[in-house]
Amino acid sequence: MELMSYGQTPAQLDATFSALADPTRRAILARLIDGEASVTELAKPFAMSQPAISKHLKVLERAGLVSRGRDAARRPVRVEIEPLKAATGWLEEYRRVWEANYARLDALLEVLKAPAQPQD
Amino acid sequence: MPKPVDVTTPSDREITVVRVFNAPRELIWDCHTKPELVKRWMLGPPGWSMPVCEIDLRVGGAYRYVWRNDADGTSFGSHGIHQEIVTPQRIVTTEAMDGFDGEAINTLELAEAGGRTTLRINMLFPSKEHRDGALQSGMSDGMAMGYDRLETILDEQKVG
Repeated sequence: MELMSYGQTPAQLDATFSALADPTRRAILARLIDGEASVTELAKPFAMSQPAISKHLKVLERAGLVSRGRDAARRPVRVEIEPLKAATGWLEEYRRVWEANYARLDALLEVLKAPAQPQD
Repeated sequence: MPKPVDVTTPSDREITVVRVFNAPRELIWDCHTKPELVKRWMLGPPGWSMPVCEIDLRVGGAYRYVWRNDADGTSFGSHGIHQEIVTPQRIVTTEAMDGFDGEAINTLELAEAGGRTTLRINMLFPSKEHRDGALQSGMSDGMAMGYDRLETILDEQKVG
């Protein structure tokens, strides 16, 4: 489908959106934007066990959002930016359209509220 | 600073938009159901206007919206039928967008508490392809991909 640009197939995008639906996984990605980290380092700020974090990482890895380094001992996790750009780009642009709409609605609501005041 | 709008994809066929307003829900209801009010705010990306807004607010009644890019004259429309109307708290409509096949089911819910109203719109699409197509339609021309904003977006998601 022509509209599906940014090198993402619908199936890949689907995996990306599912992976991003979880707040812990979004927080892991946010941490990885600052630089690669080991599973131990990733688990530290969360009240979660390493296996729980590993489970989230597997979902992110399947979605192509993170990759694991070759370093056998540490296996650092790093963020893969392209699928993230595709998904957050769409959602973010969509969100901005509604943000602008609702900012206009706020202004309109203020106008509509005003005539009621003299009757108070 | 605009108030935050929460846009999520609770499943691969849905988009949910949540926003809180400092106004009673009757007013927000009017702003969604009276064409002369809808046309004043539901304009989409910068540079677009809403020349057509027709709403027959009855169960089984139709609505039609058309947006126009005032710079190049291109237009985009959507239409549907009201399925359920509970004044002033809930409207369920179908929505078909020009250029896309299939219909979405849109549910608008307004919940008021302490003078504030939480607006929640859930859009359920026939498939994930329809959903993704609708997301992209929100990024019309002139809305360049600001990938430099990516870090900002992700920063907002960071744990305390």
